[in-house]
Amino acid sequence: MNDPIQRPLLVIAALIAALAGLLAPASAQDNAALVQRFATENFGEIANAVNALATSGSERASPVIEALRDSRLVYRQGDRAVFIRQADGSFADAATGAAADAGATRPVRLNNNVRRAIEAAMGALTLMHPDARRRAAAAEAVFKSRDAGALAALTQAIGQERDTRVKRLMEEARAAIVVADASAPDADRITAIGVIQRRGDQDALAMLGSLPANTTASVREAAETATATIRRSLAFWEAGQNVWYGLSLGSVLLLAAIGLAITFGVMGVINMAHGEMVMIGAYTTFVVQQAIRAIAPGLMDASLFIALPMAFLVAGAIGVAIERLIIRHLYGRALETLLATWGVSLILQQAVRSWFGPTNREVTTPSWMSGSFEIGNLAITANRLAIIVFAGLVFAALLMFLKRTPFGLQTRAVTQNRRMAGAMGIRTNWVDALTFGLGSGIAGLAGVALSQIDNVSPNLGQGYIIDSFMVVVFGGVGNLWGTLVGAMTLGIANKFLEPYAGAVLGKIIVLVLIILFIQKRPRGLFALKGRAVEA
Amino acid sequence: MLNLKSKVLGLAAGAAMALGSFAVPAKAQETIKVGILHSLSGTMAISETTLKDVMLMLIDEQNKRGGLLGKKLEAVVVDPASNWPLFAEKARELITQNRVAATFGCWTSVSRKSVLPVFEELNSILFYPVQYEGEESSPNIFYTGAAPNQQAIPAVDYLLAEGVKRFVLEGTDYVYPRTTNKILEAYLLSKGIKPEDISINYTPFGHSDWQTRVAAIKRFGSTGVKTAVVSTVNGDANVPFYKELGNQGVKATDIPVVAFSVGEEELAGIDTKPLVGHLAAWNYFQSVDNAANRDFIARWRAYKNNPRAVTNDPMEAHVIGFAMWVKAVEAAGTTDPAAVRRAMIGIAVPNLSGGVSTMMPNHHITKPVLIGEIQDNGQISTVWQTPGTVVAQEWSPHLEGSRDLIADHRSPMSCGNFNVRTGRCGAAQR
Repeated sequence: MNDPIQRPLLVIAALIAALAGLLAPASAQDNAALVQRFATENFGEIANAVNALATSGSERASPVIEALRDSRLVYRQGDRAVFIRQADGSFADAATGAAADAGATRPVRLNNNVRRAIEAAMGALTLMHPDARRRAAAAEAVFKSRDAGALAALTQAIGQERDTRVKRLMEEARAAIVVADASAPDADRITAIGVIQRRGDQDALAMLGSLPANTTASVREAAETATATIRRSLAFWEAGQNVWYGLSLGSVLLLAAIGLAITFGVMGVINMAHGEMVMIGAYTTFVVQQAIRAIAPGLMDASLFIALPMAFLVAGAIGVAIERLIIRHLYGRALETLLATWGVSLILQQAVRSWFGPTNREVTTPSWMSGSFEIGNLAITANRLAIIVFAGLVFAALLMFLKRTPFGLQTRAVTQNRRMAGAMGIRTNWVDALTFGLGSGIAGLAGVALSQIDNVSPNLGQGYIIDSFMVVVFGGVGNLWGTLVGAMTLGIANKFLEPYAGAVLGKIIVLVLIILFIQKRPRGLFALKGRAVEA
Repeated sequence: MLNLKSKVLGLAAGAAMALGSFAVPAKAQETIKVGILHSLSGTMAISETTLKDVMLMLIDEQNKRGGLLGKKLEAVVVDPASNWPLFAEKARELITQNRVAATFGCWTSVSRKSVLPVFEELNSILFYPVQYEGEESSPNIFYTGAAPNQQAIPAVDYLLAEGVKRFVLEGTDYVYPRTTNKILEAYLLSKGIKPEDISINYTPFGHSDWQTRVAAIKRFGSTGVKTAVVSTVNGDANVPFYKELGNQGVKATDIPVVAFSVGEEELAGIDTKPLVGHLAAWNYFQSVDNAANRDFIARWRAYKNNPRAVTNDPMEAHVIGFAMWVKAVEAAGTTDPAAVRRAMIGIAVPNLSGGVSTMMPNHHITKPVLIGEIQDNGQISTVWQTPGTVVAQEWSPHLEGSRDLIADHRSPMSCGNFNVRTGRCGAAQR
């Protein structure tokens, strides 16, 4: 991109100029010349143009570089005039900011080098931004770019900073610059290493791992001690992270399996089409989002809450239909049920494939489910957290439903002793249909959640059917608590094995362990006792 | 594409046939049958269905131009259902029962390996349109996708030029990623990358929980040395992989991921905003700006009746392969496989990336290599490309067993695995 020595110098100049920006604004001609450098297809030149503009102190630096970042910077091929495309679709002259008629333009293109230049430039330019989040981002950008030139600006920004969190980030950024500066006094650098060590995350490790070649032995030693300390504490956090991953995988397994715990666990139907109910739930989410996009785009963030009841109803209705049309003729004939539902699953898959096409469908992730945040050094992704909470809620609701409602009571009565329940006046065939519908509807709910982390494709269900049966059998057929414990155990076991054994071998080991366990306890973790077993 | 004479001939023949069919409606027209062997159900349907459609479109267009050798082309579509042994059965059915002149098909390497003996035994022709691991050259298969040196090696070269010193080779656990990674590892070591700076990992097909792997990649990339991921993750597993990368905030400016199996089609299922700047290496992108490509996209969208239909690299491979086959049949004056195979070598047709692709004696074609960055609209925009086209090395010089092998299907050599050291054919040290 550009000369490594030149860039820090440029940024030093940039910062001085940026601070003094209002005192000595660049003239209009200067701006025009600076901005025109963007009118090129060469990425190296664009990155240089970013640096030049950032260092010029021009008041146009911020808007132009921001426009470039958001791909809103365009240029006219003939006279190399550069424009900014505004939010309303009109154009403004990039050099002056005045409205302009752009004509036929092409966008100024970005690549990773240009993006890095933009990040570094924006970091230096926004250290004094009124928005605390922008200042924090700027400090992070400086931490990563380690441009010695930002030192003066950082020192000034630290002096003015009121927000303790942003202040700490800025101090870390300053420490990063000092550590990376081989000409700084050793004592300063060792103190700075202390600051970095307190940060204690992977970025800190990266920082300490890339000391300049001519670093003195004492500084190097301090860095190595700090690295070792950080690694020790990270190893501790890693165990916590594995538990989190395990809970997250466990909650996905629980969601996928809990519907099956009803149809297979409680009713005893080997339902191979269970995965397809999950798939139908995911496709319902897609359809709901399409409708929202067409009718009320503002509701996108709430789309999942609208999709949940829809998915429950659609999958539940299909479940009832399958039970009425096929399964009720096959009660007590496990093998026939297995084959029939296998056939149903293939039919459903191919139907969805013909209807929606074989390719993946894009399901939008609501903004509150994107991104991640950190607790200590534990990275918590928002979508996984949402799914864990959701799985817990579904589980609790289902448990309450079966234990506390008349329908739940009837379900349990029918599954425990069909003839006795019939003699008591319960319409057993309707209870069967609705119970199957309930299990399928819950699978539909799972589909809404899984659409956020997996492909929405006709094959979505296939990936979960084996795992679901594994969870239900391992946990103990007919016991919801068993399903919960089974799902979490398998999730955590998988995630603790994966870093050591790899994903493929990890799965195999878990499978072998389950086989051994089932040999020892054929009825799973929580075996049903009493008369229900014989029924 | 066609020369004028054959066009006129074809038109005349077409008109004659149209008249003939009016006059004697009961008499069946003689057609040239073209087999299409792509999965329309099962896991691979996601990728292969589009290829079936593009073949139907190409055959349709050829018929509108008057067919081939004065006959209409007739597509014979079969569904091998993502089931590898079924690929061989369906191939046999196409050749022996439907008597197809040539077959266009397969996606995964394992499906190609499954049909290879059938095509060799029955002496028919297969056009294989997907980038693959190389280490093969059958006299009956024409490989219109990229060999490793036409995709993987240039992509790694690009990363090395960008200053990347640490590599994660992340793949799905089957033959293509394993062979490609073996080649890449040997190549990286030869370029002075230290063994501890290369991490190789495999996940199962359809892997959906990427949390641990993405965290491990972040950890591997946190040594302060510039790190990149080379991904041969295939098919469905890509969407959750990229979603997890986005969620854990692995940005392309920190750790870029360069993928060999992710095209416009796969990106259609993801919100690409968090992925902007991650890379893909192919021989064609939909975003390539030239008249031939614009025309192809317009035709494809009109054919699909979908103004937003996307195009991708294997589709372009079929466009090239089909155009080559048409030219070869015209040159040979017959669809007889032996004659067509002889005529194929040296045939050159324009590709959609703005150059000309030629069928080489090793049954692979010359291709330009493009490196692109994913954009927020799901398109891939070219950031680097080879100055000209690259000739395929079907036998990798970076692997112990294939270093001395070459393929040349012209007589007198007529050999797919000639060992230049022993001077014998068929001496593969596999």
